[in-house]
Amino acid sequence: MSMNPADLLYSKSHEWAKIEGDVATVGITHFAQEALGDITYVELPQAGDSVAAEKEFGSVESVKAASDLISPVNGTVLEVNTALEGTPELCNSAPYTEGWLIKVKLAAQPEELLDAAAYEAFCATESH
Amino acid sequence: MSESRTPLTAWHEARGAKMAPFAGWLMPIQYEGILVEHQHTRQHAGLFDICHMGEFRISGAGADAALSAAVSHNLATLAAGKCRYGFLLNARGGVLDDCIIYRFGPDDFMVVVNAACAAGDLATLRDRLPGTVSLTDISAETAKLDLQGPEAVDVLENALGESLRDLAYFGFRQTTWDGAPLLLSRTGYTGELGFELYLPSDKALAFWELLLKDARVKPVGLGARDTLRLEAGLPLYGHELDEDHSPAEAGMGRMLTSTADYVGKEGAQQIRQVLLPLRIEGRRAARNGDVLALPDGTEVGRVTSGSFAPSLGHVIAFAWVDAAHAEADAFVVRAARAELPAVRTGLPFYADGTARKKLQA
Repeated sequence: MSMNPADLLYSKSHEWAKIEGDVATVGITHFAQEALGDITYVELPQAGDSVAAEKEFGSVESVKAASDLISPVNGTVLEVNTALEGTPELCNSAPYTEGWLIKVKLAAQPEELLDAAAYEAFCATESH
Repeated sequence: MSESRTPLTAWHEARGAKMAPFAGWLMPIQYEGILVEHQHTRQHAGLFDICHMGEFRISGAGADAALSAAVSHNLATLAAGKCRYGFLLNARGGVLDDCIIYRFGPDDFMVVVNAACAAGDLATLRDRLPGTVSLTDISAETAKLDLQGPEAVDVLENALGESLRDLAYFGFRQTTWDGAPLLLSRTGYTGELGFELYLPSDKALAFWELLLKDARVKPVGLGARDTLRLEAGLPLYGHELDEDHSPAEAGMGRMLTSTADYVGKEGAQQIRQVLLPLRIEGRRAARNGDVLALPDGTEVGRVTSGSFAPSLGHVIAFAWVDAAHAEADAFVVRAARAELPAVRTGLPFYADGTARKKLQA
C-alpha cells in the first residue's frame, strides 16, 4: 500500500505540494523523513518571503544530519507551520498532515512535479 | 570491502534496524528511532550490541608491571574484581585509544578497546609487553552486550537469578549463564545505571533474546548510544580523544595517578588546547568540525561532537579551544547554516543520570 497520498504532487528532492487553486501547501515526504530519521529542527522562511522551484527555502536537521529543503513551487510564502518550532517531530509522525512546512501563494502552476505513482517509482530507484 | 558481522547482525537486519558501517562492522544505528531509544534508556533499560569492541587477555608472571608501563591506568590501586578507565598513549602523550582494564588477579587482566583501534592497540601492546607475558586477542570468541538504564539491575537480576546490588560502580563479577562464563561489570557509556556483559559469542543471541523478553527492555542502536554518551559528558575516541591531544587536554589529567613510568607519561599532562563543554540555546545543532570562534570573530577552536540533547531540550557540544582562550565563557560556533552563540557549561551535561546510584540490598 502506498504511503504517499494520490492527491499530492512530488519532487525528486522529496518534497510534496498540495495544490488548491492558487495556494500550495508544501512538506517533506515519508521517504524523506524516514531517510533523515528523528527530526530535531526545522528552519523555515517567513510569511512574505519568495520561494522558487528547485531552490532552497529552509533546512531540516535530524540527530545525525542536516539537509536543505528545496521548494517544489514558485511563489510567496503565506503561512509557515509554527508548531514545528517546538515539535519538529511532526515531520516524522505526520509528514503529509500536521507536519506540513509552508503555504505558498503560487506565482504559476508548478511544472515537472511527479504524481504519486511516478514518485514511488523514483523512490524505488533511489533506495538501491 | 565487506564489514564484519556480530553474532546479532542477522537479528538486527530481521528486525528492520537501520544498519550502517561503523569501524569496519555492520552495526544497527536505530530500530524504532533515536529519540525513542534514548528516552527508553533514560527511563527503563536499553540493550546494546557492542560485540564490535575488542577484548584482550593479558596474563603471566610480570603482567602487572609490564602493563603498568604500557598504559596510563594506575594498576597499583586496582583491586581484583574492579575495572578502571584509562588510556593507551603514544610517546608524545597523545591518545592512541581509551580502554577499560579489568583485574582478575595479581598478573591477570582483560583490556577492552574501541573497535576502530583494536588492531593497532594489539600491535602496540605486543610491542610494549615482554614475550614472557601472554597477550591474547579474545575479541572473536567474546560477545559484549550493554544493558543500561535505571531498571537494568532489576532486569539482569531477574534474568540471572542472583542479586547484583552489592556490585559497586566499576566493580565486576564472573558468574555463569546456561553453563557458560558470563562477566558483568557495573559500567557503561550512557550515564545510567547499567552493566557491560561479556559472554561467549555462541551464547550472545540466546542471552540477547532472553533480556528482550523483559518488557522493560528495548534494543538500542548506536545513534542513541551517541546522544546518551554525549549528554553524560563521556568522550568518543576520534572526536574528543585523538593522537594529537593529551588526556589532560581532554579533562582527564586528574585520573593520571599511576606512579609507573608508562609510555607517554610526560606528554600526558601537556596542555595546548582544552576540551570545553558548550551549551547552545535552541535546536539547531553544532556538529563535528564546525569552527569555534570568540564573539569578535577570532577563530579559537573546533567542535568535536554536537547534538540536540533529547533529555535537555537544547543543543550541547564539546569543542577544542586553544589554551590561551580556555578561560573565555562566550563563543560562537560557525555551523553549516548559521552562527550559533555558545556558552561554557559544566559536566555532565545531563546531571540526572543513575550511573553511580547506590543500590539497597
